[in-house]
Amino acid sequence: MLELKGIDVYYGDLQALRGVSLTVGAGEVVSVIGSNGMGKSTTLKAISGLLHPRAGSIQFQGRDITRLTPSAIVELGISHVPEGRQVFPSLTVLENLEMGAQFPEPIRRAGQTLEQVFAYFPRLKERLKQKAGTLSGGEQQMLAIGRGLMSLPSLMMLDEPSLGLSPLLVETIFEIIEQINQQGTSLLVIEQNVFHALGISHRGYVLEDGGVALSGPSRELLADPHVRKAYLGL
Amino acid sequence: MSLALAFQLLIQGILLGGIYGLTAVGLSLIFGVMGVINFAHGQMMVMGMYISYWLLVLLGLDPYLSLPLAAGAIFVLGYVMQSTVVNRILDFPEAMQVLPLVAMGLILENLALLFWGPDPRSPSTALGLATFTLGSATVDVSRLIAFGLAIAFTVFLVLFLKKSATGKRIRAAADNRLGAQLVGIKVDRVNNIAFGLGAATTGAAGALLLPLMPVSPYLGHDFTTTAFVVVILGGMGNLLGALVGGLILGVTESLATLALPATLKQVVSFGLLVLIMLYKPQGLFGGRR
Ligand SMILES: Nc1ncnc2c1ncn2[C@@H]1O[C@H](COP(=O)(O)OP(=O)(O)OP(=O)(O)O)[C@@H](O)[C@H]1O
Ligand SMILES: [Mg+2]
Repeated sequence: MLELKGIDVYYGDLQALRGVSLTVGAGEVVSVIGSNGMGKSTTLKAISGLLHPRAGSIQFQGRDITRLTPSAIVELGISHVPEGRQVFPSLTVLENLEMGAQFPEPIRRAGQTLEQVFAYFPRLKERLKQKAGTLSGGEQQMLAIGRGLMSLPSLMMLDEPSLGLSPLLVETIFEIIEQINQQGTSLLVIEQNVFHALGISHRGYVLEDGGVALSGPSRELLADPHVRKAYLGL
Repeated sequence: MSLALAFQLLIQGILLGGIYGLTAVGLSLIFGVMGVINFAHGQMMVMGMYISYWLLVLLGLDPYLSLPLAAGAIFVLGYVMQSTVVNRILDFPEAMQVLPLVAMGLILENLALLFWGPDPRSPSTALGLATFTLGSATVDVSRLIAFGLAIAFTVFLVLFLKKSATGKRIRAAADNRLGAQLVGIKVDRVNNIAFGLGAATTGAAGALLLPLMPVSPYLGHDFTTTAFVVVILGGMGNLLGALVGGLILGVTESLATLALPATLKQVVSFGLLVLIMLYKPQGLFGGRR
């Protein structure tokens, strides 16, 4: 459903991605792993329209979305839960969630989606009137995912959802990510937590220096000597 | 010093302070959302005065009735300014944001000069001279109406931002621009609306001021600085703070005439500014950003 064909992305003169190609199939969970600064977040920013590639193309459900605005891309059904959560600190939890639904269909079904979000994250329901800025890091991550669900995405992209969370909460978040996938949403997940990422994904890509160094079924990557050495410390 | 005079000055200060507050609310909104200081703010207020003046002279429309038209026209002006210029300079260093906005202020000032000439104009309005007494003080009806409408406009604006879908989008974009883009908010358009609203607010303040003082093209600078002092006083980006700050400045300036000649008005406001900057740089009520 998503296909990146050889995209080059630059920050000014600095090239961050070199010919990255990647696909996500319907219903699939795909992980992207790599160390710091290798271009993982940049890949997501290019997909969600925050950055436009200088070369290559991005197709989503048979449409070319390479040059679309972030807003148009959300409307087509891609939701990006960014690095660092990026919630709205002075808005309440409920307002943050409401802001996740910007287009007619998601707005119409907002009530229903909210119930779904509360089923995943009961904690958010207890904090509805609280300002998002006063939530703990873990709660903000829940809120960011919940907000991302409000747009009824068919593809959800999560950038390091486990970063800075307690081990217990990491387990919970990954369980919920799997449930979200079981509801029919495709997922593209970036993780430093390589074990977890390959554990829940069907396929994975390894980014090194802005290019795809390795890709394949997650099980094979877990067994790959290079991955084991460089990312799992085995 | 008579108590009656002090009371009279206090009332006058409060009433004028409402208008100071209103224009400052607009400046504060623009800063709170975009992080930009609108150096054309006073000139936009003058435009509000002239539009209201024109509607009065050409169509015989009372300024209080033409207020929505003046506010609407300045809304459009603000919207266009944001979409053509300000959106492009949002990521510039602050020092570089100053010039384009100052330039727009100068353009507006010169347009006013072109259309209406340099001479002050003071139209006579229906309620211009009506007064009533309150205890020992005399209250101008037009000042009281201006005050009431200024408060009402501010309350309306605050409620709009708090409750309406557009208002929530504005607050979301102000809070976290990246987050707003990622949920699908068209941030540029929301910024245009926010700047338009801030501009409309100062346009409305201009219309309310028209019956109270003669309008001339050069008033803009003073209005901008006054609004700026009030915003610092109330806390940058804090709307209700701006309204209260306006009242404080109005009263301070007014009462200061007991001791100082009225021409030293600016000394008072800037003295206040310096004190606030030194001892309470976040403003009296705390800012955002
Ligand atoms: N806004 C920016 N301006 C300039 N260079 C940037 C910017 N953002 C990222 N880069 C550079 O682009 C490269 C890729 O960055 P990216 O954020 O995609 O890495 P990442 O794989 O997500 O790393 P991390 O695991 O630390 O989040 C890095 O070398 C980084 O320094
Ligand atoms: Mg990253």
